Amino acid sequence: MTTARLAPPNWLPTVVGLGSGVLVLVGVEILVRLGAINRFIVPLPSEIVLSFARVITEEDIPRRLVQTAWECLAASLLLTVFGVAIGALMHRVRLIRLACETWVAAFASAPLVLAYPLFLVLFGRSTLTIIMLAFLSGLPPVILKTVEGLTATRRVLINVGRSFKLTPAQQFWKILFPSALPTIFVGIRLGMIFALINVVAVEFLINFGGLGQLINELAERYDLPGTYAAISFVVLISIVFFIVTERAERWLRS
Amino acid sequence: MAEIVTRAPATRPWVSGVTLLRVAIVLFALVAWEVMADSGLFYRGVVPSLSAIGAALVKLLSTGDFYWNVGVTAEEIAIGLAIGGICGVIAGLVIGGNRFIAQAFEPYLYYLGPTPKIVFFPVMIMWFGVGGGSKIAMGAVSCFFPIALSVAAGMRQIDPVLIRVGFSFRANAWQMATKIYLPAMRHPIVNGLRLGLGVALIGTLLAETKLSNRGLGFLVIQAYNSFNMPLLYAILVVLFVIAIGINAVMARLVRLDDARRN
Repeated sequence: MTTARLAPPNWLPTVVGLGSGVLVLVGVEILVRLGAINRFIVPLPSEIVLSFARVITEEDIPRRLVQTAWECLAASLLLTVFGVAIGALMHRVRLIRLACETWVAAFASAPLVLAYPLFLVLFGRSTLTIIMLAFLSGLPPVILKTVEGLTATRRVLINVGRSFKLTPAQQFWKILFPSALPTIFVGIRLGMIFALINVVAVEFLINFGGLGQLINELAERYDLPGTYAAISFVVLISIVFFIVTERAERWLRS
Repeated sequence: MAEIVTRAPATRPWVSGVTLLRVAIVLFALVAWEVMADSGLFYRGVVPSLSAIGAALVKLLSTGDFYWNVGVTAEEIAIGLAIGGICGVIAGLVIGGNRFIAQAFEPYLYYLGPTPKIVFFPVMIMWFGVGGGSKIAMGAVSCFFPIALSVAAGMRQIDPVLIRVGFSFRANAWQMATKIYLPAMRHPIVNGLRLGLGVALIGTLLAETKLSNRGLGFLVIQAYNSFNMPLLYAILVVLFVIAIGINAVMARLVRLDDARRN
């Protein structure tokens, strides 16, 4: 009873977390107004909040959002199709798995986004460069998780399939794939996160496309409140994306 | 009397199937590359021959200028990792050690962690200038999140007995951190550093490609601007080898630590 009374209410940590963020912003506002922080380096937080509406209306945010979303979607579709197919092949042919799994893991740690100048030469300063880089960066986790998920299929399920004399294709689509789907989705979610990170990063670096380019443009115009607002907007979009995919993953696992 | 069955020792092939397949894939990739280089399907120079890339690689590795740029990038990454790492370990210890603080602040770390950090680069330039400072800051910001999250998760997995031993000896906060928490969390810290180093490397190098006049990232963008494709491929090969090599060494360290503990 005593412990229950002493335990903080459930909402308190959330309030403390949000309140701390607001306090920091208020502190920065005061320091900038007092001149302790140079307002040509850090704009007033109130200016940043007010510039949100201006950035959304004047900088054509809906079109940029659609473009970034389309690039992410295209990369996600590609990495899902190719990642699951390659993973299934590696699971089916043990020799290929033994020979290539380490390479795929090593490929996952390669800083592929640094090859963006090479992709610029190969595909031009275009959407294709962004999609291809995002696709290749997100591919390894999908392959590795597909192999892991298919390998972890319970023996009893496979034996049930055999007892029904399922063909290899039926065995895959009716037994292995449904069983491995939650694990495969973990890989797809990771791949989609890498794809989003790389899409925004390459848009920013090559000054082309949707939200990433917006930050670059505003920074080059030295529109400080706008730059901070655009960065906050991209961070918010990323967070919403992670939460949605995380919920989808939980739903799939339940 | 039981019959003794002698089994002939299994003859191992001289070369395993896996090795053969690996060699075959590498050979196929090299031949396919040469065919593409000679095919004329691509614009001239976009896919240079392997000999041209090899020559560029040898030339690159034999110049002092390259090693100076490697040194610049390595210094930026090391300082960024040190700053981001120390802040990450402290944040991880605080969040992992207190349930209330974790509930209040960990969601922000968790969701901010995977956001694209390069978008903060314009802000870093304003705060730390166009020189090495902004690249170091990019490295520090990039590696802070994975290290903090890894340390916080590791902190929660510490054996409660060790913590009770610390308290029974009336250890103060500093003693608890240095004598109990940090030694018990060697594994998550090394793992966090491995993840942090990977993202710090990417953050620093991307920043160098965007705005810099030194470092490996600058070399990449300089080769692109002068359309020196063999050199561009050579630098990327070196970068990938360095990144994959560092990751492999750190992963081996984690595994060795695991083996020693078990």
